[in-house]
Amino acid sequence: MDFGLTDDQRDIQRTARDLLAERSTFARVREHAEARSTDQALWRELCELGWPGIAIAEEHGGQGLGTIELSILCEELGRALAPVPFLASAMAACVIEQAGSPAARERWLPGLASGETIGALASAADGTAGLVVGGAEAGVIVLIEEDGSGRLVSAEDAEVTPIDAIDPTRSAARVSAPDGAGEPLEQGCPGLGRALVAVSAELVGVSERALEMTVEYVKDRKQFGTPVGAYQAVSHRCAQMLLDTERARSATAQAAWSADANPDGLAEAAAMAKAAASDAGREVTTGAIQMHGGIGFTWEADVHWLYKRAQIDSALLGGASRHRARIAELLAERVAASAAA
Amino acid sequence: MDLTFNERETAFRDELRAWLAENHPPAKPAADAGDDAQYAWRRDWQRHLYEAGWAAPAWPTEYGGRGASQTESAIYFEELGRARVPFAANTLGLLLGGPTLMVWGTPEQKERYLTPILSAEEIWCQGFSEPDAGSDLASLKTRAVKDGDEWVVTGQKVWTSGAQYAKWCMLVARTDSEAAKHKGLTYFLMDMDQEAVQVRPLRQITGEAEFNELFIEEARIPDANVVGGVGNGWKVALTTLMNERAGLGFALQIRLRQLLDDVIAAAAEKGLLEDSLYADKIADLHVRCETIRLLAWKGLTDAERYGQPGPEGSLVKWLWSDTNQRATQLAADVIGPEALTSGTLWSYELMRARGNTIEGGTTEVLKNIVAERVLGLPRLKVAA
Repeated sequence: MDFGLTDDQRDIQRTARDLLAERSTFARVREHAEARSTDQALWRELCELGWPGIAIAEEHGGQGLGTIELSILCEELGRALAPVPFLASAMAACVIEQAGSPAARERWLPGLASGETIGALASAADGTAGLVVGGAEAGVIVLIEEDGSGRLVSAEDAEVTPIDAIDPTRSAARVSAPDGAGEPLEQGCPGLGRALVAVSAELVGVSERALEMTVEYVKDRKQFGTPVGAYQAVSHRCAQMLLDTERARSATAQAAWSADANPDGLAEAAAMAKAAASDAGREVTTGAIQMHGGIGFTWEADVHWLYKRAQIDSALLGGASRHRARIAELLAERVAASAAA
Repeated sequence: MDLTFNERETAFRDELRAWLAENHPPAKPAADAGDDAQYAWRRDWQRHLYEAGWAAPAWPTEYGGRGASQTESAIYFEELGRARVPFAANTLGLLLGGPTLMVWGTPEQKERYLTPILSAEEIWCQGFSEPDAGSDLASLKTRAVKDGDEWVVTGQKVWTSGAQYAKWCMLVARTDSEAAKHKGLTYFLMDMDQEAVQVRPLRQITGEAEFNELFIEEARIPDANVVGGVGNGWKVALTTLMNERAGLGFALQIRLRQLLDDVIAAAAEKGLLEDSLYADKIADLHVRCETIRLLAWKGLTDAERYGQPGPEGSLVKWLWSDTNQRATQLAADVIGPEALTSGTLWSYELMRARGNTIEGGTTEVLKNIVAERVLGLPRLKVAA
């Protein structure tokens, strides 16, 4: 048993972290957040490096690497809060590649791999999704209904209304697809598990960054002549933030590994990852604001960007409760199966 | 990343599983049979393990073990937990005493003590905590004074599991009251068979007495029973404490898994998995339980493969104890009156679980450790 990354995976992680530390500083993130604009220069650079196609098959123009590699990039982009449409596009590609028709794969994947086309995906009810991350820029949108059925629509065939979501580091839109528009996706939507890994990994990155910033702050900030991080009311909350982050990380790692090596276990592993990561994203970023005290509530401090990103990601494809409900169904099926055996 | 076991590890698991299937101990004596019957049951079980070479696979072969890797040792405890067999009577000797002697003991000490630990011929107990030295262990007051080639020990110890059956006590006592708190301590092996050592059982909230108080009034310990040198007791004690959480955790985790599986089965039977309030809580416990398993294995294999343990080690015990308490509490709701009736397994677990967040490092101390050693937060200066 080995939870470690391969040398190549470590290289990807290191390269991504170094690049984003330079290109996606908080100053830069703030600039784009306040202007509600995508960082086009960064997105172009990432496209040139082949990031959007990392997990897309080579025959469709991608790099043909696995979900583990995809999750590494998602985590780093989450850490850096990069103002680019990577996540939504990668999630859409996961579903199109696994569940789309040959024609749909042919039509969309090369563009998604090169980054020329931006994809988006979201939960919908009766063809309408109230908040589609990346939706305002997307050329292709995957809508997932509550029952697990999905639909693939091009932006021209859908009604796309840009909205101002609370996370201004990425675009968002309300998307409505008229009856019969687009292509229905295979029932159960294979590929959804991978998409859940991607968003969970981003939440791990967001949580990790929020914890790091908080630890730095409480070491530095003094009250009553002592760094506030020495007070147990503060230090124990930080310890809890670490526990939440590490739980999410381990569950996400298992799900990423399952996607690549143990597909039968993916449905449950992905639900566990999203449940743990959604909880962690919310808990850790709320903790970060609280542990920063008054400054954490100001626009000037950067923790709120993390909180806002975490709120959107936690809800994306269903929050923790939705995924726990799915896990309970799987547990019930298992009990029934063992009773029948 | 590869979250499967290799062939060697799988073969180890299969061999042990087959042996356990053929060699299951008799049923646990009834609660009213008393503590002595429970102890005899555990001692007989350990002898059986010993005769088959399964008492301590992690021990090196020269000392009667199998030289099992850390992963195999964790598999060993998982399988024991899965087979629902009792903990060996001399668990403290096997997990703490033996490994401590292997690091710090003289050749004579290893020769004299290791085999009887393995065979359960001599039971060991741990004399560390005192009424006024719990989390702050180094403030302990039991003192040992040199008298010729013996030490004379006086003091009081508490939370001493198995003391009524023990032959040897891993005792930490103050041998230099002038030295700094951590420096004046020495680690001894104290013979429990002497009038000067009185054992008084401590009845706990389950009604049973796993723990004892030790009253030590001028007990005698030969100088040859000092472990690791006079004044070096803190370091030797840390070796013991580092072993405390290592193996057993895997067995405890599997027990939690089994308890939760039983709760899930009961909930399914009552249709509670379709009740969204129960379903949410049960699924949450399932996720917690699975992340404990992942964190425990990650901590172990990262240390084994890459030589650098991550933060997981300090997180697993905290998360396990919290989850076990949540699971036993939820069981009370799912199972109903039976779980609140004395003498049932459920009511026992509900009581016993309260100890989990206290024994082997309280959750509060574990959070301090995580904050200081993993996150690097400053330590709160406490008035001396």
